[in-house]
Amino acid sequence: MSDLPRRDPRQEWIARNRLHPRHAEVLQEMGQGAASEWWGPGGLVRRNPHAVGFVGPNGVKRIDRSGTQQGAGGSSAETSNAERKPLVEIDAPAFMIAVVPDMAGGRLSGHDRDLLGLARQLADADPAARGAVVAVVFGPHKEANFGEAGIDRLLHLDSPEVTGYAPEARLGALIMAEEAWAPRHWLLPDSKLGGGELGRRFAARLGERPTTGVWQVEAGAEAAAGWHCTARGAAGSLDIRRPLPRIALALAECAEPVSETRHAAAELALPQPLPSTLSRIQDLGQVSVDPSGVALSEAEFILSAGNGVKDWQGFHHAAEVLGATEGASRVAVDDGFMARDRQVGATGTWVTARVYVAVGISGAIQHLQGIQTCDKVVAINMDPGCDMIKRADLAVIGDSTQILEALVTLVAQAREEKRDAA
Amino acid sequence: MQPESAMTPGLEVTVLVSIGRHPLTGRARRADQDARGVELARSLADAQVRLLHAGERDESSEAALRGYLGMGFTELSLLEQPEGADVLPALAEALDATSPHLVITGERAERGEGSGLLPYLLAERLGWPLVSGLAAVESVEDGVATLLQALPRGQRRRLKVRLPVIVTVDDAAPAPRQSAYGPARRGAFEATAGPVSVDDEWAAWHVQPARQRPKRLKIVKAASARDRFKAAAAKAEGGGGQVLTDVTPTQGAEAIFTLLREEDVLR
Repeated sequence: MSDLPRRDPRQEWIARNRLHPRHAEVLQEMGQGAASEWWGPGGLVRRNPHAVGFVGPNGVKRIDRSGTQQGAGGSSAETSNAERKPLVEIDAPAFMIAVVPDMAGGRLSGHDRDLLGLARQLADADPAARGAVVAVVFGPHKEANFGEAGIDRLLHLDSPEVTGYAPEARLGALIMAEEAWAPRHWLLPDSKLGGGELGRRFAARLGERPTTGVWQVEAGAEAAAGWHCTARGAAGSLDIRRPLPRIALALAECAEPVSETRHAAAELALPQPLPSTLSRIQDLGQVSVDPSGVALSEAEFILSAGNGVKDWQGFHHAAEVLGATEGASRVAVDDGFMARDRQVGATGTWVTARVYVAVGISGAIQHLQGIQTCDKVVAINMDPGCDMIKRADLAVIGDSTQILEALVTLVAQAREEKRDAA
Repeated sequence: MQPESAMTPGLEVTVLVSIGRHPLTGRARRADQDARGVELARSLADAQVRLLHAGERDESSEAALRGYLGMGFTELSLLEQPEGADVLPALAEALDATSPHLVITGERAERGEGSGLLPYLLAERLGWPLVSGLAAVESVEDGVATLLQALPRGQRRRLKVRLPVIVTVDDAAPAPRQSAYGPARRGAFEATAGPVSVDDEWAAWHVQPARQRPKRLKIVKAASARDRFKAAAAKAEGGGGQVLTDVTPTQGAEAIFTLLREEDVLR
């Protein structure tokens, strides 16, 4: 009853009449800041051209006719877009496909999503008997959209035994999951640590012969299991085509990630609590590494200097305090302020840092190419119009020497407070 | 120079070596990670290092194995196996018989299936703990080894494990020394026959030289023509970045500090 659209002709009339004393108030009530479009009394769509559009950079009013920029704004349209994906719920799955994502940094990585896409492919092959995708997640995480990645059931294990580097405890948990649900396939990312290691341990414990380095899975015509996979062998120099075994360790881009549907991601729990096993490997935690010893191409956090840096002593000090690896633009290297192996860009090193702080670098195209894959770029520069500012996620216009000094003070202060608290 | 001749044998180390494959020419050579493992074993104080290889013995493989002998060894134990055999039972039996304290291997072979499973299967079979992706062995004291594991992005993790243990070596481990020609020629092979188990499954698979993986296409799922056009014509520009003009250095530094903290790069 209540979701039937009810029209109030009088309110609509007021909304149309811009001279009516209650005009603005009624518009508010109808949920439109300024009504740009409404149904007229004759059933025609009426538009108010004064309420649409935006003022362009030259002060000229522009109207976007594609319909994305109507009245109140596009943000609500985007959220409804996410909700518009059909929700798929599989209540009585015919079988299970288990995935153990790496969750690097507490979120599903691109590799994990590809793997979940592959799992969906295996689970949804037969529409009459669909399987469910179970994800086993260890430790605390920051991921909010498990459902959109294609997960039907989520087994989240958060006890202290399985957090950190605990391959043996995690192996025990996987064995319990195997006993409880006996998934048809186990899929793990073939990554350096995490999936690659855990998957091999798991396969060795179960006595199954897994396939590693899978990059393609296809439905085979005559195979018993119905699936064939192609895997890399011999240090990437061979392609091995074989039936897909129960345990598969797949490379990145093995399948397309799920994008069209949402899934339930219902919480699942192990039938019994995890047994407390005595781990034979004791994790003493990460070791602090000298950031200047880390190769520039794989450094996580780079502080990079360019032509705008005048106080080199201060720059080196800042890099030391922040714990960042030092980089440089071509100009700084050519002028002899930095070593050649520190050059970032097309002629130097292509970096993959998560955070890249560019100090006094205007952003030549060769330099911007070198930082293409960086996640967050921070620019400190005097010139607000330079290309680096356009690329940066955060740009601060000002004198780099003073800003670095202030930053060093802040970091030192924060460390001090932490030490006092501890 | 030869720790084998030391009066009190301290730590018994076995390095499992395999025959590598040059990535460009495809010629047999000493495998890179195994050579790193040998180097790691050589760097241990008063260790008694033994090389162990299981596989076929022919001209090219012998030349490759002599590469390890040239790193300062007089002999190499060879478990002769026919081509295509599963070397796991032979290796497990040999390790069980000698029971070393530390077994070092590379992560995966450069020939054959190269699945990297062997150390895990050995560990499972012998019931020993396994530590993968090692960068260095810090110390071995009272039967407890302190190890440095290589993490992505040049980071390291310190682990402690009780011996005996199987470890695999990462590319971050110290580079192997050059193989010296004279010792390589003089070194001897100590060949023994082990149990042979034939790998039937491997013979059934279809193996071919790796072909290039197809590049992933950028699929644009857009409802309107405008979105599709925008996606096709989009310039790679960050956009939406926050620009702080007319701020004091302290305010700017605070903004940067907040970002660095959110990204969790400050330690």
